[in-house]
Amino acid sequence: MSSLSMRPCGDFRTSYQQDNTIFETSQIRLMAIAAVLVLCAAPLFLDGYFLTLCIQVSYLGIAALGLNILVGYTGQISLGHGAFFGFGAFASAWLNSSFQIPVFLSIPLAGFMTMGVGMMFGLPAARIKGLYLAIATLASQFIIEDFFARADWFSGGPSGAAAEPITLLGYVFDTDQSFYYVALFALVTMLVWACNLMRSRDGRAFVAIRDHYLSAEIMGIKLNKYRLLSFGISSFYAGIGGALYAHYLGYVSAEGFTIFMSIQFLAMIIIGGLGSIKGTLMGVVFMVLLPEVLETGVGVLKMTDWGNIPLVVDGLAYIKEMAIGLVIIGFLIFEPQGLAHRWGQIKNYWKFYPFSY
Amino acid sequence: MNFELLTQLIVNGLIVGLLYGVIGMCFVLVYKSTKVVNFAQGEFLLIGAWVCWAALVYLELPFLLGFILTLCFMAAFGVLLQMIVLRPMIGEPIISVIMITIGLSIFFQALMKWIFGVSPQSYPQVFDNQSVNILGLNVEMAYLMSTVIALVIMLAFYLFFKYSKHGLAMRATAFDQQVAQSLGISVKNVFAMSWGIAATVSATAGVVLGMVNGVSDSLSIMGIKVFPAVILGGLDSIIGAIVGGVIIGVLENLAEFVDSQYLHIGNMYDIAPFYVLLVILWFKPYGLFGTKDIERI
Repeated sequence: MSSLSMRPCGDFRTSYQQDNTIFETSQIRLMAIAAVLVLCAAPLFLDGYFLTLCIQVSYLGIAALGLNILVGYTGQISLGHGAFFGFGAFASAWLNSSFQIPVFLSIPLAGFMTMGVGMMFGLPAARIKGLYLAIATLASQFIIEDFFARADWFSGGPSGAAAEPITLLGYVFDTDQSFYYVALFALVTMLVWACNLMRSRDGRAFVAIRDHYLSAEIMGIKLNKYRLLSFGISSFYAGIGGALYAHYLGYVSAEGFTIFMSIQFLAMIIIGGLGSIKGTLMGVVFMVLLPEVLETGVGVLKMTDWGNIPLVVDGLAYIKEMAIGLVIIGFLIFEPQGLAHRWGQIKNYWKFYPFSY
Repeated sequence: MNFELLTQLIVNGLIVGLLYGVIGMCFVLVYKSTKVVNFAQGEFLLIGAWVCWAALVYLELPFLLGFILTLCFMAAFGVLLQMIVLRPMIGEPIISVIMITIGLSIFFQALMKWIFGVSPQSYPQVFDNQSVNILGLNVEMAYLMSTVIALVIMLAFYLFFKYSKHGLAMRATAFDQQVAQSLGISVKNVFAMSWGIAATVSATAGVVLGMVNGVSDSLSIMGIKVFPAVILGGLDSIIGAIVGGVIIGVLENLAEFVDSQYLHIGNMYDIAPFYVLLVILWFKPYGLFGTKDIERI
């Protein structure tokens, strides 16, 4: 799924190191740094609503990034990502409340705990693949969900678990503005880590397994090790995302982490583009904005005379669900390579303007 | 040890297991002939049950007429679904195919909730007496009917695949698509037909279940509970689906029995099949009757 190279003329690479940089050109690097700086200044001019959306994008984005490492780069299928996300949320709240571990430590620890659980459920991946693996992870989704409902000591049972806000050196990150920086920091760190992972030996092994696992095995890549590792890394990301979610909301309850959430994560990476880190973010933004846009649309419709149909206004929750289903189907039929591919084509169009096709 | 409860639960398990077997058969049929894993199987049950309910309640048709109408509708629905949504997916990677059926499942589940609401509705009375007594056990009339229907469907499947021309074409396509195509079998029609049959037969199961428990969106859970059954039997074996369905049906009732009598963990009825599923995938991924996937380099 490599996109067309956008290198300027005369930019020749003479070593592997030059060929393997995170950013393709120095201009792209500058733009990325500028984007991070703009995002840092965002709380100055954005109001609470948009900040909430940004925070949502960052914790969902971290989890979706993990799923893309598993699905997009290693070619495994997981239908249990929502449960791992929930496990991270509960684990962090539990570590914090039961052992008095400070929150900024309990978040990474929750990530490692989720990694352990993910690798445990990823064990069948050593033997099975494709749709058998999909069904195995589906089973793990239901088993973990059942565990949440049952393990009162861990999840607080039906009443849910309280999660304290993050504190660092006496400063409490409990407002949207302050938590925004935590979320942004986590997202950028995890993004850079994912980019670097894909440039490393392990990342290349993942891609080799995805492209042709028999050839990869013949070339000396240990299939079991890397499949399991991929499961572990993906659950680690899910755990970190979930933990951030828990400490942002301050409260975790088991109802949210259903199969529907796992499907939404899969939808994000399919819409964004499998095997593309940039695409993952685009997909997450798309999926976060979709319900908001629908809500605004229905709100606008409500104001006009002919739009106040009770069926539409009352059925908003169902319309949102239907829209998610339709978007998944639509993207798979009409844009199977996702938004990242489309973005590349648009860039291509402007770059080679008169001669583009 | 409560023997009366145990026998009752085992009989229930057999009856429900036969229904799992029927749903599993549809699943295997679609998988075998089109290589699509149908995550929207449960929604077929749901749509069938709601359509039949609407025909009986809103149109006030007699049961048999409404039922036949439902079957016709579902056959057309299955064929159209294959033509519009699944046909562009031929040759796509497995994740795309899985995701498109998941997308369909979300869409139709929400659509049904939107149209018919979330509260369960019960069917109008079809039989005069609710339950009959067989060998000292109370068996609900609808359950008895479901068993008969399940057995009839299984027999019909057997005869269809063994003797009819279309059944032969479908078996040939499942065996080798390219050879079948070169011998003049329209693979496109076979694909559409297998979706049509799967939708129709699932809808029958949906109507039967709806008559017992009432129609609500919890019917679509059946589409997920059928996975343990088909994996146990082997994904591409129709006999395996029936055997797996019966085993899982009995097993979940036994788990419920052990749990309610001794363990008191709760919710075992729903979750035990998934533990079984993981164990099967771990030790015997191709199930009891499935063909082993052998790859050549």
